[in-house]
Amino acid sequence: MIPSPAAIRAATDWLAARARWHPLEVLFWIAAFAAIYLLPGRHLIMTEVAWLGLFALSLDLILGYAGIISLGHAAFFGIGAYAAALLAKHEIIGEPVLALLCAGALAAVVGFLTSFLVLRGSDLTRLMVTLGVALLLREVANRNGWLTGGADGLQGVTIKPIFGMFRFDMFGHTGYIYCLIVLFIFFLIARRLVNSPFGLSLLSVKGNPLRSSAIGISVDARLIAIYTVAAGYAGVAGALLAQTTAFASLEVFSFDRSADLLLVLILGGTGYLYGGLIGAVIFKFMQDFLSSLTPQYWPFWIGLVLVVLVLVGRERMTNWTAPIRRAAARLDWRSFASSPSPTEGR
Amino acid sequence: MPVVLETIGLTKRFTGLVASNDVSLRIEKGARHALIGPNGAGKTTLINLLTGVLRPTAGRILLDGGDIGNLATYKRVQLGIVRTFQINQLFGDLTPLETIGLAVSERRGQGRDWWRVVGSRSDLITEAVEIMERFHLADVMHERTAVLPYGKQRLLEIAVAIACRPRVLLLDEPAAGVPENERHEILAAVAALPDDVTVLLIEHDMDIVFSFADRISVLVNGALFVEGTPNEVARDARVKAVYLGEEMVDA
Repeated sequence: MIPSPAAIRAATDWLAARARWHPLEVLFWIAAFAAIYLLPGRHLIMTEVAWLGLFALSLDLILGYAGIISLGHAAFFGIGAYAAALLAKHEIIGEPVLALLCAGALAAVVGFLTSFLVLRGSDLTRLMVTLGVALLLREVANRNGWLTGGADGLQGVTIKPIFGMFRFDMFGHTGYIYCLIVLFIFFLIARRLVNSPFGLSLLSVKGNPLRSSAIGISVDARLIAIYTVAAGYAGVAGALLAQTTAFASLEVFSFDRSADLLLVLILGGTGYLYGGLIGAVIFKFMQDFLSSLTPQYWPFWIGLVLVVLVLVGRERMTNWTAPIRRAAARLDWRSFASSPSPTEGR
Repeated sequence: MPVVLETIGLTKRFTGLVASNDVSLRIEKGARHALIGPNGAGKTTLINLLTGVLRPTAGRILLDGGDIGNLATYKRVQLGIVRTFQINQLFGDLTPLETIGLAVSERRGQGRDWWRVVGSRSDLITEAVEIMERFHLADVMHERTAVLPYGKQRLLEIAVAIACRPRVLLLDEPAAGVPENERHEILAAVAALPDDVTVLLIEHDMDIVFSFADRISVLVNGALFVEGTPNEVARDARVKAVYLGEEMVDA
């Protein structure tokens, strides 16, 4: 039987639209880069938004795409932060970009080794195992004060100029540009990855592991692969924190950090890569705004937002924003009026 | 005809229950082999053993004479033992196009490609569309699987298995729960399966079994009870007694 050319054409077009850049995406990145010039006074907080965004993106890769929930993602963030700080302090690798990549690679190795712990079991088991790994690493860092500085944190770190040319400054100008470029590059890689056959197979593993193995997918191997990649991403995010603050402390491993990260992802939504980035913007600016209003009680308001968000439900909020999204869809000059967006409803 | 799939003394014990009891089965290449038996006879357990979802307590499973009893499910699929599920096991958030395309790309060993964008191989798309047209799914190929009518989901269930290009296809009650008016589509799809694909069919509906099968095995309490051609099984007094009853007389 020879398939009809019209059907092949429709399938090809639809798949092409699946990975195409949406105008809103382009707008998002233009805004992020425009902030370099437009918001020079906010670069310190924007720096935090950038590395938090990368960190949340990393959690989205395992939670939104592979369905692995984690309460201990700070484990890899912490590895990356300490690695970057130690490499700089002892001048093992002075150049920040190279040190960043090494820190990420080390976190990926730790991610690979611990990935076997999250293969089996339910969501609850995974929550406990990931939490346990992070607590364990925090205690290891605490006990080895000769290396990590223990509870005082790692003092006396100086970060050399990027490529020997761009010096970090106290206003965060270099820091923001650096973090944004790193975020953008890693985002592009992640975007490519989730739109690949491998990315599609992750969604299938998340949706139905039983059927996935019944079509010849080695479920375990795919989960190990994405967990390792995500750990590397988290390590890079941690390294960005250490390099932009020239400091690393036990707090990088803390439970609060992992929990906040889940909150960031819940704020922004999972499974479309931008959730972590948008969530990071909302979280950091909300935190900044609320803590200037009520320095002591801002967590109360963050908690309230979380409760409202969960009670109202994302779907209802999505419905409220439907007119905006329809307008945005019209903006998409290349899409066909009749064909539904491939990412809709996911 | 050569034997493709063979089990030797296959046994699965759960605590206090023998789900499969010393089952020795030989399935010939290209056969239309039906596996029938009352509820709880161990039919689905046998499928789970053949596909590697369960590990046998004892016995061996041979594919073309080679022991596959210790292989993981996905490796057996790659060797050509593919199944469908009695209760739909589909990817609700994916479309039929994505689902079939995924199965085809995995079969070709391209499922780990992480730098290539989905949809960049035209021959893969052509194959996926061909399968969807054959299973009447082309008109819904961009819908989310979760919102498809049940009959379409049942068709997709079989189409996904076909996309894996099976040598031995294990069909677990393909028409289960399908409303009468959509039934003929499923039956036509099953009847039109390629001749070189060996099919092992589990089914309760005796009309389907007797119109489809050229060989029937009857399973009772986990053990092989009777095996033979449809005529032999239909005439077998013991089968009538334990299982088929009046239904058989009609057939």
